[in-house]
Amino acid sequence: MSDIPVIDIALVLNGKPEAATIEPRELLIDVLRSRFGLTGTKRSCDVEVCGACTVLLDGLPVSSCTTLAADADGREVLTIEGLASNGELDRVQRAFVEHGAMQCGFCTPGMVMAVKALLALDPHPSEESIRRFLSGNICRCTGYVKIFEAVKALAK
Amino acid sequence: MLPARFELHRPTSIAEALALVADHADDATFYAGGTELLVALKARVLRYGHVVDIKRIQALHGIALQKDGTLVIGALATHHQIATHPLVQKRLPAYAALSADVANIRVRVAGTLGGNLCFAEPHADPPALLCALEARVVMANAEGERTLPMREFILGEFTTARLDGELLVRIEVPPLPAGAKAAYRAFGHLERPAVGVAARCDAGGGWQFWIGAIAGQPAMLECSPQEVEAAAAGLQAHDDMHGSAEYKRHLVAVLARRTAKACLA
Repeated sequence: MSDIPVIDIALVLNGKPEAATIEPRELLIDVLRSRFGLTGTKRSCDVEVCGACTVLLDGLPVSSCTTLAADADGREVLTIEGLASNGELDRVQRAFVEHGAMQCGFCTPGMVMAVKALLALDPHPSEESIRRFLSGNICRCTGYVKIFEAVKALAK
Repeated sequence: MLPARFELHRPTSIAEALALVADHADDATFYAGGTELLVALKARVLRYGHVVDIKRIQALHGIALQKDGTLVIGALATHHQIATHPLVQKRLPAYAALSADVANIRVRVAGTLGGNLCFAEPHADPPALLCALEARVVMANAEGERTLPMREFILGEFTTARLDGELLVRIEVPPLPAGAKAAYRAFGHLERPAVGVAARCDAGGGWQFWIGAIAGQPAMLECSPQEVEAAAAGLQAHDDMHGSAEYKRHLVAVLARRTAKACLA
């Protein structure tokens, strides 16, 4: 149907080497969800505003809805599925559970990934830093208070 | 939503990238962070058969200081890299602070300064302060390089002086003269600024205010902070989703006071 060449990408996905053959126009979120079955990453606004599709690319947060899968070639991608290890939740996930930092849960994977990135950049962020950093992640249930409390506990 | 099909090229040199875009002319585009381009491609507002990813070109990366104190920012420097770079934080703290406040962290991590300037979305932060700092943009094509003052680069909404096939390669920001100060403040209800104001105060007490986002290109007011409110009444401004023209002129006066205070602090 098209003479446009496909491309082969190789990436480290949640710590494991993976490969895929993709169309150049394919978006990272679709490759994660449809090829690799990692449906924890959510699509919501589709224009980089809401943060629901946040994944970490080489440790930094990106909107997977507006990132070409081709740009993950040769890089490390971490999704919400890659956080728990040996059946143990990550400390950010535990804090969200302990503080009840979710309502419908749709924004939670992106929110958790954003917090992972925040704490990697700044292990002890101020309240102001937390608010500013997470201002790019939207919770339509408006459950921000519990989320903020969870992150504040982690920032100590 | 998916963009229309395109072929992706990943050159590793400027010459190769220029040749690819020259070969495909109107059907090709340079592609850097994608924070603007991919949104437009997904919405099918733009459509190209060939997308030339320039991120593998090392010469377009990096932030360095020249002997004369000029800060040289590669076109591919991301807002996050600029915000967190020790050289920028030390030499141009106002610019580091601006970069730390662009959109959200994901856009700052992916979005590049070169892409931001070339897209020329009027509701952007960098142009006003770069104008106030007398920055220069350097562009390349097959014939060589040319340098243009930032003040002459943006011609209107989504329109720049960059010619077809030309590539923005770096941004040069000269050091402020001794005793000069600069500051930037912006306000908006959305992620983009409704209005942004950059102030520059020289040692002799001369003031310049560069107003961003208010119209198609940054506008300059050369007056004391006390005179800005009256001068703002004459600024061209648009009503849009960020506010009415009247509201934006009001913001100019408020933000100019804040930038002047920051310069004098």
